[in-house]
Amino acid sequence: MNEKYEAVIGLEVHAQLLTDTKIFCGCSTKFGSAPNTNVCPVCLGQPGVLPVLNKKVVEYTVLMGLATNCTVNRKSIFARKHYFYPDLPKNYQISQYEEPICEYGHITIDLKDGTKKKIGITRIHMEEDAGKSIHDQDFDTLIDLNRTGTPLMEIVSEPDIRTPEEAYLYLTKLKQILTYLGICDGNMEEGSLRCDANISVRLKGETKFGTKTEVKNMNSFRNVERALAFEIERQIDLLEDGKEIIQQTLLWDADSNVAQPMRSKEEAHDYRYFPDPDLMPVVIEDKMLDEIKKQMPELPDAKKNRFIEKFALPSYDAEILTSSRELADYYEKILTVTSDYKSASNWVMTEVLKVVNEEKIDITDFPVSPENLGKLIELINNKTISGKIAKDVFTEMLKSNRDPETIVKEKNLVQITDSSEIESIVEKILSNNQKQVEEFLSGKEKVLGFLVGQIMRETKGKANPQIVNDILRDKLSSLK
Amino acid sequence: MSVTKRDVEYIARLARLRFNDEELESYTAELNEILNYMEKLNELNTETVEPLSHPIENVNVFRDDKLIVSIDRADALKNAPSRDEEFFKVPKVINK
Repeated sequence: MNEKYEAVIGLEVHAQLLTDTKIFCGCSTKFGSAPNTNVCPVCLGQPGVLPVLNKKVVEYTVLMGLATNCTVNRKSIFARKHYFYPDLPKNYQISQYEEPICEYGHITIDLKDGTKKKIGITRIHMEEDAGKSIHDQDFDTLIDLNRTGTPLMEIVSEPDIRTPEEAYLYLTKLKQILTYLGICDGNMEEGSLRCDANISVRLKGETKFGTKTEVKNMNSFRNVERALAFEIERQIDLLEDGKEIIQQTLLWDADSNVAQPMRSKEEAHDYRYFPDPDLMPVVIEDKMLDEIKKQMPELPDAKKNRFIEKFALPSYDAEILTSSRELADYYEKILTVTSDYKSASNWVMTEVLKVVNEEKIDITDFPVSPENLGKLIELINNKTISGKIAKDVFTEMLKSNRDPETIVKEKNLVQITDSSEIESIVEKILSNNQKQVEEFLSGKEKVLGFLVGQIMRETKGKANPQIVNDILRDKLSSLK
Repeated sequence: MSVTKRDVEYIARLARLRFNDEELESYTAELNEILNYMEKLNELNTETVEPLSHPIENVNVFRDDKLIVSIDRADALKNAPSRDEEFFKVPKVINK
């Protein structure tokens, strides 16, 4: 990016809420149902019907507001936003305009250089989703209204974001909070989390905003980063060429890595918002607010700090372990069996996450229970088995999630810690490998590894490596 | 404040309505009458009055997040001018 310029980015994020039913009627929000089977007169926009607000939508939105340091407005109202599109049967979307439910919040992102940055949240409001249009037919557009009326929460950021990376971190943090709260599954690829960006560029030091464009259709976190980088470059190039930036909406094309102007000739939006007379104001009283606060789980930042303080973990470990609530829960369940915090962290970060990533499974589907992993760590720490053998036992546990103690007994893997037993094995190996012994004595230290290998082989890996090392060095130095 | 014929044409277009000249004239006049009446209300000092968003003083009308069986798809599609067994059909919206 050209060093003379800086980008000014604001994000609008739509999060589908994990309620069982729609925002204004009792139809199911289930994804993947047969077309037009989760519909009723209310979400079809039939004349004479009345929307009734799903209480859970209010609770979830307030929860998100509290989690993002927002002011929860004691009174908020719904408005109609008018536009014509076939997947919006009423010809208006019920949303909030003036008096949204939450305002003036912020979240903190951790930048690569270790500094923290606050990103302001302008507002969070409730609204209904539109249906789906299917355009790939020859003559007609097909409309499926199952999604119509699915509850959405729109989270609007302040134009505080300066780089695509910051946008990525902001989105990741929002998703983390949403999934910790259990109010949205955060899946951008499936559209349950969507993001539009407002972007402008200006010379560094300038305080006025440049002309902005809006980029839509970025359906993954990486696509957001790429699309923003593309659009910032495009705007800077225009300015450098002395050209003007046109205020317009662009669609990100992930296949060709470009943002194209939207082709439909959209008129300047005139949504004619006005208060929806069908819906009563929402008033959040103390009692309701207290009840919602009681549902607040420990949030990612607090959990991370607790892991650092209570378990003496490095910040890096704590960051990864708290990346999702489920992973953090898995880690903490290990600690009901062992108090070796760091070993537990190492096992999760290397062996467990390796399998999770390779097999693309959820930690909740991980075949080894955290309790059994805890037992395995204890078996190493009380010297029943060596770390190396533990890896083999772990592989066995992945297949069966059996108790590691049972596996160790069955396969006769208990570590040999009896020094006299090890001593006789060491002596045997030394007398069988006279040549190597002489090499060692003449200064080739590397041969030691070979000899240790021979001993471990003889014991099928069961000899305690520390004792083997000590005895071997003892014996060899007595030969000098 | 006064509404011109062009304003009425604009509002009509936003609402996807088509008026003939006679109708345009009469709606322009009617809208102006309504706005003149509103002007009269503007003479009142409303500084200490909260904006009214709803004439009924009722708040927090909620429903629980409980599933209600949806209607039959055949019934849902019944009134559509164009449809197949599964979908509503509309003229092609975008050209790809």
